[in-house]
Amino acid sequence: MRGRRAWLTSTALLALAACAGPNPPVPQAGSTPPQAVLPGPYQFLTLAEAAALEAVVDRLIPPDELGPGGREAGCALFIDRQLAGPFGRSESLYLLPPFLDGTPEQGPQSPLTPAVRLRAGLAALETYCRAAFVGRAFAALPPTVQDRLLSEIEDGTLALAGVNARAWFDLVLQMTMEGFFADPIYGGNRQMAGWRLIGFPGARYDYRDWVERHGVAYALPPVGIGGRPGWHDAG
Amino acid sequence: MPAEPLPAADAVIIGFGWSGALIAEALSAAGLGVVVLERGPYRDTASDFPPGFAPDELRYAVRHDLVVPTAQNTITFRNRAGQTALPVRQWGSFLPASGAGGGGVHWNGQTWRFRPSDFVLRSHLLDAHGHGVIPGDVTIQDWGVTYAELEPFYDRFEYLAGISGRAGNLRGRLQQGGNPFEGPRQRDYPTPPMRMTLAPTRFADAARALGYHPFPQPSANLSEPYTNPLGVVIGPCSYCGFCERFGCGNYSKASPQTALMPVLRRRPNFALRTGAEVLEIARAPDGRHARGVRYVDADGVERYQRAELVILAAYTFENVRLLLLSGIGQPYDPRDGSGVVGRNYAYQTTASVQLFFDDTRFNPFIGAGALGMVVDDLNADGRDHARLGFIGGAHLAAMQSGGRPILSRPTRPGTPRWGGAWKHAVARDYLRNASLGASGSSVSHRGAWLDLDPTYRDRHGRRLLRMTFDFHANDLRMIQHATDRLAGIGRAMEPAAMVVNERRGPYSIVPYQSTHNVGGAVMGPDPATSVVNPWLQSWDVANLFVVGASSFPQNPSYNPTGTVGALALRAANAILTRYLPSPGPLVSR
Repeated sequence: MRGRRAWLTSTALLALAACAGPNPPVPQAGSTPPQAVLPGPYQFLTLAEAAALEAVVDRLIPPDELGPGGREAGCALFIDRQLAGPFGRSESLYLLPPFLDGTPEQGPQSPLTPAVRLRAGLAALETYCRAAFVGRAFAALPPTVQDRLLSEIEDGTLALAGVNARAWFDLVLQMTMEGFFADPIYGGNRQMAGWRLIGFPGARYDYRDWVERHGVAYALPPVGIGGRPGWHDAG
Repeated sequence: MPAEPLPAADAVIIGFGWSGALIAEALSAAGLGVVVLERGPYRDTASDFPPGFAPDELRYAVRHDLVVPTAQNTITFRNRAGQTALPVRQWGSFLPASGAGGGGVHWNGQTWRFRPSDFVLRSHLLDAHGHGVIPGDVTIQDWGVTYAELEPFYDRFEYLAGISGRAGNLRGRLQQGGNPFEGPRQRDYPTPPMRMTLAPTRFADAARALGYHPFPQPSANLSEPYTNPLGVVIGPCSYCGFCERFGCGNYSKASPQTALMPVLRRRPNFALRTGAEVLEIARAPDGRHARGVRYVDADGVERYQRAELVILAAYTFENVRLLLLSGIGQPYDPRDGSGVVGRNYAYQTTASVQLFFDDTRFNPFIGAGALGMVVDDLNADGRDHARLGFIGGAHLAAMQSGGRPILSRPTRPGTPRWGGAWKHAVARDYLRNASLGASGSSVSHRGAWLDLDPTYRDRHGRRLLRMTFDFHANDLRMIQHATDRLAGIGRAMEPAAMVVNERRGPYSIVPYQSTHNVGGAVMGPDPATSVVNPWLQSWDVANLFVVGASSFPQNPSYNPTGTVGALALRAANAILTRYLPSPGPLVSR
C-alpha cells in the first residue's frame, strides 16, 4: 500500500512538473540546520521490510571483534529516514519524460525513486527466499547463506523477479555505507561506530595543531555536529 | 504576456558567482546602479554554513546541497553525434553550483595563472613545431589576450582573495621554492604557502629526487589572517577537511561571501535578487542592443528588468544556453564547422594513483581544498610535442583535501566491497593511504560542442542544453604519459600497494572528474571563431558581455578560477574605461 502511495505521489509530481510556464525555484535546504533523527519506530519501512533490511546491513557490515555491525550502528534506521525524506522521493532530481535506456556513460535514467526501488527489491528478495528456502524469510537464513545470496545478487548471477537486482544491491550498499559513515545526527553511525572503526575524528573542524605532526596518531575522540556520545543520551 | 518593466538599472548581472560578484564590485564602486539576478538561494557564512553544521559530508558532498538541483536545471548528454542525448538526472562528473557565491562557495581554492603560452596556444605550437603537430579536427585557438595584458588582473584577483603561495618567477627572476614554469609576476602572493601534511611532503621529496620541481599549491584557503584591498578580513584556514563541495565556516576560504560581500552589501547602488531565474535576454527590434532580461522571481512571477548593460556571468552551461535561447550569435553547426555559439566546449582530463602503506599514518582527515604539493614539469610548453605524439600536458599533485569517509575510504586492490574482509581492510587502510592526481588539459575539437536539446525541456518548458563530448585521442595519449610519470613518483614513495586509475574513453557522465567545463562562448580576435571579443563583449550585441570559463577556447591543465577572476576584472575595467565613455563595439568586426 505504501509503495503504491509513493508511486502515485511521484507520478503526480511528474505531471505537475511537466506543465510549461514560469515556476518558482526548486526548494533547496538553504540555511536550515539538519534535523536530528530521533530513535523510534520506522517511518517508511514495514516491520517485515525492516527485519530483512536489518539482516542485510548486518551482513554488509558484520559485527566482529573490530566493532558493531550495520544493525547495531543504526544503518537500517538511517535508510528508513532517508527513504521517508526528500532523497527517498528524488525530490531534487530531473524526472521529466521521456525515460529511455541509454549507455552506461549517460547515467541513471529510471523514473523510480530510491524509496520505490528499495522496497521493490526487498519484496523480490523475500519472495525468492520463501520459494527457495521453504517459506523462510531472508532474515531467518544462516549468515553464510545470506552472504552467498548477497554475493550472487552483487555479481548478477542471482536474478530477482521484476527488479534490477544488481542496481538494487548497489543502492542498498551505498545507503548502508552512508549510514555507517555519515554524521550520527542522521540516525546511523551510532556511538560513532563507523568513525571509530577507521579513526575519523568527525566534525573537529580545526587541525592547525596537527598539520605538521607527521605520522602521529590524533589524540582526541570523534565528535559529531550534534555533539558526542556521553554528552547526552541521543549520542 | 510581457511583464511590466522594472526601473532600468545601469547594469544587470546574471549570476552571482566569482565573475558576477567581481564585476558587481567594480561597477558599483564606480557609481553604477547594479542589479544582480541569482537563480539559487541567498547564502552567507553565519546563516548557511557555520561551523556548527558545515562539516556534514552527507548533506553537502553526497546529497549536493550547494549544487543546482537537476529538477531546476540540468543538461542532456551524449558521447557523439548520432546518439540520442539523455538528461543528466543525477549530477556525477561535474557539480554546477547555484546560490549566492556560486561555485566560489564550494570550490577547493586551487588558484592558478595560466602560462603565457596557453593564451597563444595555436600560434605557439605552430611556431615551435609546425602544422603537423595539431590534429586536423582539433580547433584550439589563441585567446586574443596575452598573459602580459592579463597579469595586472591576475594580481588584483589574487590580492582580493588573499591567495597563499610562493612566487616562482618575480619579474623574470626565478625564485626558489615556487613554480619555475609560471609566467613572470609583478609581486609575490599576498600570503605565504600553507603548511604541509605528511603525504604532500613525501610526494615532494620523491619528486625532487627524480629531478622534478615541486612547489606548494597556490591556495585560496588562507595560511594566515589577511585584510584585502577592500578592507575585508579573511580568516586563517583550520585545515578542517571540509572544503570542496562545502561552504567554509571559518571565513578562511576566499569566496564572494568572504572577500566581496561585506563591502557590496553596504552600497546603496547594489542589489542582489536571489531565486531569480533568467529566461531570456531581451533585445531591441534591430537585435543589436540588449534592453534587459526577463526572469522568474522567487514567487514564480515573471519580471522584466531593463538595463543599459547586460553582463551574462552564469556557469558555462547557462551562459551558452541563454545565448541560444535568446537567439544571440550564430549557433555552431558541427557538420560544416560554421557558427560560434556552443563551439569549442572542452573539459579536463584527469587520472589518479592511490598508495597504501603498512605503517605510515597520513591522517587524511586533516585537509584543505588546496593543500598540497605540485609538479608542473610535464605541462604544455617547452616540450617536444612532435616526439611525444600529443599536445597539451598535465600537472601532478599530492592534494590532501580531507578524507571524508562516505566518499573517501580506499582499500587495497582485491578487497571486496562489503563484509568482514572489507571491514578489516578499511580499518587498516583508512589512515594509511595517500592519493596522487594528474590534472590534464583538454583540446577543443570538432566532436565536442553544446547546443539545444531537441526533446528535453526544463520546468519552464525551455529546451535543455545538450552536450556532445568525448575525450580526444590526443588527450588520452597525453594523460597516459602523465599517469605513467605520476605512478613513477608514487613508486618512489615506496608504498606497500599501489593502484593506478588510468583515464580511458569513452567519457562517462557518472563518476566525478572535474567541474571545469569550459568554452561554448569563447573569446577571440575573430568573430568567425568566437562569440565575444577579447574584452568579453558580444560581437553581436555591444552592450552584452559574456563572462566566465565559457570564454576559454580550450582548457589548459590548471584549475580555471584564477583566470576566470582575472578575465572578469579585465572585462569590468574595459566597461568602465573603454565602453562607457563611448558605448559601442570595442573591436570592429
